[in-house]
Amino acid sequence: MTEESTPAADERVVVAESVHKSYGRLEVLRGIDLEVRRGEVCCVVGPSGSGKSTFLRCINHLEKINAGRLWVNGHLMGYRQKGGKLHELRESEVAAQRRDIGMVFQRFNLFPHMSVLANVMEAPVQVKRVARSSARETAMELLDRVGLADKAGSYPGRLSGGQQQRVAIARALAMNPSLMLFDEPTSALDPELVGEVLDVMQGLAADGMTMVVVTHEMGFAREVGDTLVFMDGGVVVESGVPREVLGNPRHERTRAFLSKVL
Amino acid sequence: MSSENENLRAAGPPRPGAPEAIRAVPVRYPGRWVAAALILLLAAMFVHMLITNEAFNWPFMVANMFTEPVLIGVRTTLVLTVLAMLIGIVLGVVVAVMRLSGNPVLSFVGWLYTWFFRAVPRLVLCVLFGNLGVLYSRVELGLPFDNYWMPLLGLSGDARFLSFDTRDILTAFVAALLALALSEGAYMAEIVRAGLQSVDPGQTEAAQALGMRRSTLLRRITLPQALRVIVPPTGNETTAMLKDTSLVAYVPLTTELWFQLQAIGNRTFDPFPMLVAACIWYLSITSVFMLGQYFLERSFTKGDRQAQAEVTMTQVRAKN
Repeated sequence: MTEESTPAADERVVVAESVHKSYGRLEVLRGIDLEVRRGEVCCVVGPSGSGKSTFLRCINHLEKINAGRLWVNGHLMGYRQKGGKLHELRESEVAAQRRDIGMVFQRFNLFPHMSVLANVMEAPVQVKRVARSSARETAMELLDRVGLADKAGSYPGRLSGGQQQRVAIARALAMNPSLMLFDEPTSALDPELVGEVLDVMQGLAADGMTMVVVTHEMGFAREVGDTLVFMDGGVVVESGVPREVLGNPRHERTRAFLSKVL
Repeated sequence: MSSENENLRAAGPPRPGAPEAIRAVPVRYPGRWVAAALILLLAAMFVHMLITNEAFNWPFMVANMFTEPVLIGVRTTLVLTVLAMLIGIVLGVVVAVMRLSGNPVLSFVGWLYTWFFRAVPRLVLCVLFGNLGVLYSRVELGLPFDNYWMPLLGLSGDARFLSFDTRDILTAFVAALLALALSEGAYMAEIVRAGLQSVDPGQTEAAQALGMRRSTLLRRITLPQALRVIVPPTGNETTAMLKDTSLVAYVPLTTELWFQLQAIGNRTFDPFPMLVAACIWYLSITSVFMLGQYFLERSFTKGDRQAQAEVTMTQVRAKN
């Protein structure tokens, strides 16, 4: 935990050391320590207001942290350490850091003025300057992978929630990320549409994608997750193999939460 | 019992003994008829006045409203409208982005600009810009405050590279264009700001998460979505601008439509027909503008309509 310890690009994709975040006087994160290894699926659960979504948004620097350190693939997120001092990264440098991290939102956030295909092609073409023809090819492959190749020409407003979320996953994958963040990806869906999204995520996990998933789907956490992290009050209360945490929680707070959701 | 019966009815085939369609006596509205008759009567009186009142002097009006100076005036009015709107829109986007920026100086200057140009009437601005020559007899480009710091450094002469006579640059047309465009920029800034703020913040987050830079984000994601809110009021602004070009007669810009029509009226001591001619000219041009606005707005909701058409198509397919 020395100042200079910048974990090299080893097997650890995400390294969080004592991450703090507060809005004014409200402390949302009060020291999160967490590591996610390459190919690991880390499910984060906890009651609402526990700070799990905020922590997820800190990973790709959508939120600035107030204290602690956060590395992704060995890069300190949002800052450069020079001569024992932290320097804020410029907006373009932060953008460059985010290119390697895919994110899927609770409310999909597809671009409504673009077709499904254009949504998936947008970032590769505009950000990575990929040629349109090859971007289209990749996009069609990804849409096929999420089972929506036939919807390529539709606008997002015409799709069901489950379909929109699958397009959002394809859009994030189009940047070929080394890490995928999921922020309650099924919470805004009608119950009968949850399965199709979880299936796509399970496929991703099987292909070896490193994933951090904030979720309320305990079944998914148990079956697909490699680690389960239980957060409450801005700290990690308990973490471990999902079956053990779910089956035999050691902390009273974990027990109380699980008794309500299981 | 009712729900079960309804289910049976809905499921079963239409029964042969369907009830006869209702043919009721409609409710009468005598008040509406009286009002309509009264309005028709008033309209007839108005048309009668238009035809019989000598003051309209229709042949004189028709003979004078298409003369060359008037047509040049129409052209100036159109050119002014288009240029002032183009500059105004560009200024509006810049000022709106300034106002939404995190830098307090930029956002304050943006606010100050909109405050000033929305608070001062366009007529006053037109006269003011017509008299700007009073401030500077020459317009010069160079390093600022050279008359202070050059002597301090022991240098003689000045640090100016280009110099123009104000009368050459600030012609009546330029003064008029500046007054209208700067004023329009302030209104457009508010419209653009409302448009940008109408876009869901989740859109910005999604684009940021994809690694987009702020400039790309504005150009590709925020502005295109804001346009649906921005375009309709911009159409109204264009129509308003066309009418407000009549104010530049007081810069004074003499090649403009309203000035020319008035001039004819004053010269012939028969002003009224030319006032009517002005009404007809502005009515015709704004009507064409409004038609254009209609088609523009229709094309901007294309994404929606395409989605709508798709819905209809699926419904049709589902039925077949």
